[in-house]
Formats: sequence, C-alpha cells, structure tokens
Amino acid sequence: MFLRFLLRRLLYVIPMMLITSFVVFSFILLIPGDPALTILGENATEERLRFVREQLGLDKPIPVQYFHWLTNALQGDLGRSIFTGELVHETVFSRLTVTFQLVVSAMIFATIGGMFFAIASVYFQNSWIDYFARFLGVIGSAIPNFWLAMLLVLLFSLNLHWLPATGFTSITKDPVQFLRGIILPSIALGAVGMAQITRHLRSSLLETMNSEYVRTAYSKGVDKWRAVMRHGLRNAMLPVVTTIGILFGNLLGSTVVIETIFGIAGMGQLAVNSILQRDFTMLQGVILVMVVLVIVINFITDVVYAILDPRIEYD
Amino acid sequence: MSLRTVFRRIMAERLAFAGFIFIVLLVLVAIFAPWLTPHDPAEQNLSKVLKGWSTEHWLGTDELGRDVFSRLIMGSRAAIQSGAIAILIPLFIGVPLGIISGYLGGIVDDIFMRIVDGIIAIPAILLALGITAAFGASLWNAMIAIGIIFTPQFARLARGQTLQIRKEHYVEASKISGGFTRWIILRHIIPNIAPPIVVQASFNLSYAVLIEASVSFLGLGAHDPQVSWGSMIQQGYSMIHMNPWLIIYPGMAILLTVLAGNFFGDGLRISLDPKHKLEDK
Amino acid sequence: MDHVNAPLLDVQNLGAYIPTARGIIRPVDGVSFQVREGEVVALVGESGSGKSVTAMSILRLNAKVIRYTPESRILYKGNDLLSLKDREIRKIRGAEISMIFQDPMFSLNPVHRIGRQIAESLIIHRGMKPKEALEMALDLLNKVGIPDAKNRINNYPHQLSGGMRQRVMIALALACRPKLIIADEPTTALDVSIQAQILDLLRELQREHNLSILLITHDLGVVAETADRVLVMYCGKIVEEGTVETIFRRPQHPYTKGLIESVPRLHGPIGKRLHAIPGTVPNPLELPEGCKFVTRCGYASEQCAWREPALAELGLESRAACWHPLNLQGGTASENGTARIHLER
Repeated sequence: MFLRFLLRRLLYVIPMMLITSFVVFSFILLIPGDPALTILGENATEERLRFVREQLGLDKPIPVQYFHWLTNALQGDLGRSIFTGELVHETVFSRLTVTFQLVVSAMIFATIGGMFFAIASVYFQNSWIDYFARFLGVIGSAIPNFWLAMLLVLLFSLNLHWLPATGFTSITKDPVQFLRGIILPSIALGAVGMAQITRHLRSSLLETMNSEYVRTAYSKGVDKWRAVMRHGLRNAMLPVVTTIGILFGNLLGSTVVIETIFGIAGMGQLAVNSILQRDFTMLQGVILVMVVLVIVINFITDVVYAILDPRIEYD
Repeated sequence: MSLRTVFRRIMAERLAFAGFIFIVLLVLVAIFAPWLTPHDPAEQNLSKVLKGWSTEHWLGTDELGRDVFSRLIMGSRAAIQSGAIAILIPLFIGVPLGIISGYLGGIVDDIFMRIVDGIIAIPAILLALGITAAFGASLWNAMIAIGIIFTPQFARLARGQTLQIRKEHYVEASKISGGFTRWIILRHIIPNIAPPIVVQASFNLSYAVLIEASVSFLGLGAHDPQVSWGSMIQQGYSMIHMNPWLIIYPGMAILLTVLAGNFFGDGLRISLDPKHKLEDK
Repeated sequence: MDHVNAPLLDVQNLGAYIPTARGIIRPVDGVSFQVREGEVVALVGESGSGKSVTAMSILRLNAKVIRYTPESRILYKGNDLLSLKDREIRKIRGAEISMIFQDPMFSLNPVHRIGRQIAESLIIHRGMKPKEALEMALDLLNKVGIPDAKNRINNYPHQLSGGMRQRVMIALALACRPKLIIADEPTTALDVSIQAQILDLLRELQREHNLSILLITHDLGVVAETADRVLVMYCGKIVEEGTVETIFRRPQHPYTKGLIESVPRLHGPIGKRLHAIPGTVPNPLELPEGCKFVTRCGYASEQCAWREPALAELGLESRAACWHPLNLQGGTASENGTARIHLER
C-alpha cells in the first residue's frame, strides 16, 4: 500500500524532472548567435572553438543534443569544464559537502528559531515576546539576505572581532572552527526561513489552539503548556513541514549569494564563478545538481508529510 | 480587549495604507529621478572620495566620489522597473496561458501544469542566473529574467481560478449554446481572478526588488553607469571598513520597499477576503 | 450543612456578558439552578438561548472575552468554581466534573490514538504510568461498548464511525470517575438510530455510577428519554423549571408549550401544518424591556411588555417566569399534547 503510494508520487516527479532538466539544458540554447564564440570571445582559437562546440554538442539537432546530455548526466558524466577542462561532476560533488553543511546549519537555525518564536508567541499571547516575534517575522521576510550578511559581518567581525568574516572549515576537520565559521553565514542564509516558519507556525498554532479538541483537552484538566506542546503543536506542525521543505529550495538558491560574501567554496560560489568565467558546462552541471536536490527534497517532504498525518490513506 | 482589537484593525489597515503610499511615492521618485538628483549619479570626483554627510552631498560620497544620495534616487528606477516587469510580463503571458490551460482541461492542461511545475521547481535565483548568463549580464536582461520567473506562478493562479469557475458555471453554461458559453465564462473568470492576482502582484513587487538586488550584487545585473541598489551594495562592501554607511542606505531602501510591498499585499489579501480573520496574522 | 440534601452543583445568579462596540451582550442573565447527586437535569433551549455558555461556564472553558458579573456563583460541593485559581480548577476538570461535546469528529484530537486520549486524564489526575493508564482505557472502551476494543484502542478518530467516536468521548469523560458529567448536545451530530444507543449508554452508566448529568440540548425527544428535571432557557434566562412529567404534561410557560407543540408528530391528521412558534429570537442588543418572550407570545398582555416576570413557584417542583402561566390542572396536556413523546424510564 505504502509502496504504491510512493510509486504514484514518483510517477509524478519523473516527468517534472525531465522538464526541469530540459529547462536547465536550454540555457545554452538561449545564447544568441554562436554560443562558442560568445563564450570564448573573438580572440578564440579555432581549436578552442571546436572543443567548446564539441562539449556543447552544438552540431547536432536539439533533441539529440538533449538526449545525449541527459543520458550522460544520468551516468554521472556532466562533461568537462570549458575553462579548466576538469570533469564537472568531480568539481561539483567536491563542493557539495561544503554547501550541504551550510544549508543544513541554516535550516536548523531557521527551524529551531522559528519554532521557538512561534511557540513563545502563542503561549505568551500579546506579551512583549509575541510582538517581538511578529516583528522579526515581518522584518525577516523583507530583508535582503546579502545585506543582512554584511551587517552581521560589520558587527560581529569588524567591530567585535568575535567571529570570522570569511572562510570555511569542514565539520570533520575541526568542529570548533566549523562552528565559528558557520554561525554568521547560517544566520544570514536562514533568517528568511526563520521568519517564514515563525509566521506560518504561529498562525497555524493559533488556529489549532482554538480548535475543539484543544477545548476537550482543557476539559480533561490539561494545562496550557501541555495543551500547546502535545495537542496544538502536533497538529499545527503539519502544514509547516511543507514550508520547511520548500525552504530548502530557497536556501539552496540563496547559497550563490551567501557563499560569495563569506568566501565559502561551495556550489553557490561555483555557480557564480562559472558565470563570470563563462564556463557553461560547469554552470549547467551545478544548476542541474542543485535542481535535482531540490526536487528530491520536495519529494521527501511530501512523503514525510503523508507519514506524519494519520488521516492520509495510502491508496 | 475590544480596544486592542480596534487598534489592531486600524494598524493592519494603516500598515497596508502606509505601504501603498510608499510605493506610490517610490514610483513618482523613479519617474522624476533625473530631475530629483542634485548631482549626476555617474559623475566621479576623485578628490572627494568617501566623504561623510555635508550640505553639498547629503549622504556623502562613495569610493569614486559619486554622490550617494543621487545614486540612491536613481536606483529607485531599477527597483520600480523590475517590479513593473515582474508584474506585467506574467500578467500578459502567464495569465492568458493559465486561463487557456484551465479552460481546455484534459491532456493540454496536464502537460501545461507539468511544464509549469517543472519551471517552478527551479529556485528563482538560479533561473535568473541561468538567463543572465545566457543573454549576458545587464540590468535589462536581469529584469526580463525576473519576468520569466514569475510567469509560471501567475499561470498557475489563473488556471486554478479558471478550473473553479468552470466547475461552478458548467451546469449553467451547458444550457446555453456553444458561442455564448465561452463569452459568459470569460466574463466570470476575469473578475474572479483579479483579487488573488492583484494580491500576488504586490508580493511580486517585493520579491522582484530582492532578486534584482541579488543579481546586481553578484555583478550580473546593473553595470556602471547603470545604478541599482544591489550594485551599490556590492561596490560599497569593499569599503565597508572605511564607511559602512555606503551599504546601509541602499540596504534600507530595499528593505523599506520590500516591506511596503508585503504590507500592501497583506492588507489587500485581508480586505479582499471576507472570511479572513483580522485578529491573528 | 446537611450533606445528603445539599446539591452537588449550585449555580447562583450566573451572569455572563460580552462588551462589544455596539453595546453589552448578555448570553446568560441571572441563571440559577441546582443539580443533585444522581440526578439528570436537562437544559433546553434554542440556539442563542445561552445554554451552551452556561454549560461551558461551569468548567470555565469559555473564550476569554466572556466575563462574569460579581454576583455570579457556581458552587460545586460548596466551593465557588468561578473564584478558583487556574491550578485548582484544573484539578476539578476531568476528575470531578467532565464534559462531553457535540461533535466527536472535531472534539477528538485527529493525530492521537484514542487509547492515549482516554489515558491522558488518568495520567494527569491519578498519576498513573502510561502502560497502566492504557490498560484502564481498554477497560473503559469495553465498558462503553466498543467492539474489538483491544485493536480499536490503537485507532485514530477518523477510523471510527460517529457513534463510536461519541462512545470514546464518553469513555474519556468517565475515566477518572467524575461526579458530574456535562453533556453539550451529545447526540445532535449523530444519526437518529445511533442517538438512541448513546442515550441508552448514558442512562446505563448514570445508573451504575450514580452520576449526575447536566444535559444540554434543543431536542425534546432526548429530554423525554433521559432527564429527571428540565430547565427551559430563553434569551439567557430560565423561563420554566420542573420535572419531566410536569413540563411535558402541564407546561406553564407559553414558550415551553410552543416548543412541545413544535415537535413534528407521526400520528395525527394529515395535512395539518407544522406548528412553529411565530416570530424570531430578538436581537441580543435590542431586548424588550419586559418579558423577553413578549414578541412571540400568544398570551401576552400589556404588563408583559413592561415588567419582567421572575421565576415563581407554581406547584410542587414547578416554577415558571410568566405573568399568565398556563396552569393546566390535572389530566393530560392539550390535545396536541405529548402523546408522541414516550415517558418510559
């Protein structure tokens, strides 16, 4: 039963992935004129031009190009960097762990912070913490993340000298340094997410606290804390799970900006560099991997939601 | 307390109203920018680099001696233009496509929705990056990219509303002969679609300003002599230890614009939906 | 204090009000009644009569916007519940006084298994360990007549039918052996056939444990089946009070009579129109000065419009707030009377 449910979800996701991959692939097609020339510039040698054209498969018709590109990609071959000649997939995956650590840290920050403020906001309704949480929710949704990053660096690095302004240490190498380096980027990256989760969970929680089953709980002698945490929250979190899943995609996209500011050698920085160096194969590779990750995470989120909500039937 | 409820109602509406006024003012500033700038925003003056507040340069000068205040004003153009394109392109391309897809239904609708979902799956910034990479880095291309990003969203919205209306009016319409059916359904679709689209448009303005700023910040949008708040932040960042104000002004400008769009959108959503509770947001 | 005769629940001058921008609304305006041990008292009225607000007030479950007049008292075993601290009233809720609500679909937590929901009050009030509490919950499920309780105990509410969900609610309410159960429209959301089963169950449990039940309903059929005494409410006040026999056979207040006559009958001349009380419930912000029923009463006089009648003793166990009580002496009620409603016990 559950397997059938999974299968049906997969059946929906796969055509979507095909379309998405085609969109990513088509970036190349958008380049006006001769892409090879555009990429390498006018002073390019004939040899380089041929290399690029071969890498991009420009001499064949489009569906064929796409097909080749796709089949290669599925086998893990994303071509070679136009700029350096390295294997794209090697470069991308080496950076994947870095970005992964950053994004997970940001998501933890956003989720825990968001839950904290939402719960506090509802438990102490109309108190100063309620207003503060709502204030954070409003500002957090509106602030440009790179600007926030700069302000954080300004305060915590340049003025207080508590935390480093750039650099990244993997958690496996040195946990303490990792923590020091990841705090500011996580906050900058996750702030928007925290604001979204705070607002969503707060409104969801307020709704559940007004429900009839919470009234029943009170009639049994349940106290407010238990009513919020065991009755309200358990129900209120359900729609928020979806928000958290979508957040992952946003955060992954935003790494391009945050990694650039903090000098973190992750996929986001790679994407930006690829554009500046006009390294299209690399860019395609990075974006493709990112997008596939997003779709996979969304898929997992859907499944998790179905598991958490006992009302969803599996056929 | 009833007093607080009343206060909150006024507040909710007041914020939305403030947001609206801000946007209107911003549009006016953007339109009349060339006349409002005391100095030429592109004019460099290397003898007056990184100065603070003064009567001649209200907000000081940047690292190339350009007047910050003038640049700030000029930057409003990029912001408003991005917002406008983020609304107009989806409106004229996305909405009709969505209506058609919802109206035709069947396999056309299925395919269309898969395509739409496929595009929506890509994070907005990555889409913008891909498009600017392909077409070349410029403010104009960035804005086109933004327009493309928001089109599937509007299409989905329009399609959803169309499906709903089709269900409701189908029975009634089936009594009337072919030609009239379509016209009547169209008459009903547009007024019903308008409210959620207007609400979404307001949020799109905010989001567009953010994306344009991000893209410009990465160096893929506005290039000198074009001015954008995002590019101001990018350029100002290198001077952050000398004069942090260079990034604070444009950042505040972005923040306020986004807040205005969000407040207005929220207020619209509340006032356009009679069922929405005003008490808790 | 003579404990044998002292009432379990003694509501005195209960007044609940809500200040609004357009004036003060009083959903409950000076209500007094008692519930004795082992008694089933029905609180009857249309929607808007204030019966639900009254019921919720006892355990202080009303929304925070509702306030109580200083004269209000709700005495349980001699203690005023309205003046208790939060911590103290929580000890009463679920342990001494329990509630059963109208719609079991929404009154049960959709993401908790039913066993756990029943066990919760045991854990809170009796300090039981979860395992013990679940065993007792199993017992209770059997007691309320849930078939295959051993497996059902792990079900979620949406997996049960409406009738079974209400049984679960009853089990929940019964868990800590309360003295008083407040049932707010317990059968309204159920099919008619299930209604009878639930009422039977309630009566059985009531007899077995000598429970007191305060039954809130608008359905006179339910009242006739289950209640010992009846209180009729209109516009926030009690307009008549009496035993079930007195109310049905010799209603004193025109409103009570109207309610009884409005019940559709299976027997009787075909083609006769359904009887309805003419007019509508008045706007709570524009209540008439005198008797609140004056706008719809066929027996009203000038006095009724200006002076509000108080509840007056009209005989053994019968009180009514009316200037012109119907006072039907002896015998059966009017020919439209109560032949349809069985008074079997």
